[in-house]
Amino acid sequence: MSPTPIPLIAERLIDFDVGGAPILLGGRDQVTGRLVFPLPADEDRFERIALPDRGRLWSWTIQRFRPKSPPYAGPAEFTPYAVGYVALDEAIIVESRLSGVAFEDLRIGLPLRLTTETFTLQNGETRLTFAFAPEDRS
Amino acid sequence: MSPSTSDVRIIAAGIHPFGRTPGLSGLQQGVFAVRQALAAAGLDWRDIQFAYGGSDSAGNADTMVSELGLTGLQFINVANGCATGGSAMFGAYSTIKSGEFDLGIAVGFDKHPRGAFDPKPADWGLPDWYGETGLMLTTQFFAMKTQRYMAEHGISVQTLGRVAEKAFANGVATPHAWRREAVDLETILAAPLVSDPFTKFMFCSPGEGAVALVFASAARARRLGLDGVRLRAAAVRSRPPGSFEVFSPALDIVRGPSPTTLASRAAFEMAGVAPADIDIAQLQDTETGAEIMHMAENGFCADGDQDAWIAEGRTRLEGALPVNTDGGCLACGEPIGASGLRQVYENFVQLTGQAGARQVGGDPRLGYSHVYGAPGVSAVAIVER
Repeated sequence: MSPTPIPLIAERLIDFDVGGAPILLGGRDQVTGRLVFPLPADEDRFERIALPDRGRLWSWTIQRFRPKSPPYAGPAEFTPYAVGYVALDEAIIVESRLSGVAFEDLRIGLPLRLTTETFTLQNGETRLTFAFAPEDRS
Repeated sequence: MSPSTSDVRIIAAGIHPFGRTPGLSGLQQGVFAVRQALAAAGLDWRDIQFAYGGSDSAGNADTMVSELGLTGLQFINVANGCATGGSAMFGAYSTIKSGEFDLGIAVGFDKHPRGAFDPKPADWGLPDWYGETGLMLTTQFFAMKTQRYMAEHGISVQTLGRVAEKAFANGVATPHAWRREAVDLETILAAPLVSDPFTKFMFCSPGEGAVALVFASAARARRLGLDGVRLRAAAVRSRPPGSFEVFSPALDIVRGPSPTTLASRAAFEMAGVAPADIDIAQLQDTETGAEIMHMAENGFCADGDQDAWIAEGRTRLEGALPVNTDGGCLACGEPIGASGLRQVYENFVQLTGQAGARQVGGDPRLGYSHVYGAPGVSAVAIVER
């Protein structure tokens, strides 16, 4: 029996291709042509777009204290995490948690690729969200 | 400059010290500031024809009439995030300029709980996951904007530290400041990182405090025998395409200017003066990186010049352009509704020669103030003695 899949943290955020690779969803404004993220609910106005799955780190920081809850839904026991803006191929710059990278290796321009990350909620349940990780990791 | 009939003047100012005052609500601190301003002008609350006031999280400003007196005056509440004070002032400015009234007040106050702000995603048109997964923090935004800016324009970590060192040094000489102890550069740089590249001394904290300013037409000010300062420009602007704002899950790949750039240009145009004419500036410094970037966004220096400017001490009290002469948000904390008016209070005090130990020399004539906040709003004011 295959394990129960982890529920997604939100709708209209990520999808998966036939091979199971994650797709980050954006929207293209049908009126202005502007690319936006996340994909707005109004899919009449915003065409659903698969954003590029590769990019470079545009800026970053490390969240070293636990954010207040709400809105933060993570566990009470806090581990610092890295966040960044990732410039996706000349399309859009997306804010994301960064995974699989040591804090000391973070630098602007670092090649990154889209991945998924299991996010643990305060009650111990898990949700699947998106993250970016260094190119060379599987 | 000859006074014109449409001139708007700030004739008095009052402040409740910033920091933490457990015994008083935010609203009561607002009342305190109003009473202090009225006393300074020798006015009675019954003389005041209109008021604009606001707080972000300490209640409705207009309820202070129960304390100050039920005179029936026009009292308009303002809620515009970090630009609440700036917007209240814009209201007072426009009201007097239009000729509707000739004596009024702008008041801002706040009282925030300890710790970082805890915004709700839905209030900002954002999905819950953005807050749930720990991406919705003002500190992260300024850290990442600063990190990018440092890389693009060659700003050093030492410069970040020197801005904090200056803020605390100025706070020592400021009775209304919250942090009134000097901190040396080494301590600032060696302190634990909170959100890289910032250490714990490079952020301001949400706090408490209140400010009230009394506005009058030039004619009314003359009759009262109170010169005060002339409000030469008050501009509030929202974000243009391609700007980099707090609470942005994504940015346009084609980068653009900021709401600060727009508000600054508008204010300089309104006042008919240039950045080089300004004698003192109060710039939004919720983080040290914010002050550094805002120096350029407001037109005072080119991008990348800040390292040299700050190393040479040009923004210190004795420098060519003193910046955040009362220690800014770093030393005073950030009660959102009061913070923008504190900057104007400080310019008023400096231009009228009442700043005591932190008084800037050289007979300052033009004072500049700038606030910035989510989701991309800036307010700029220029006052002249």
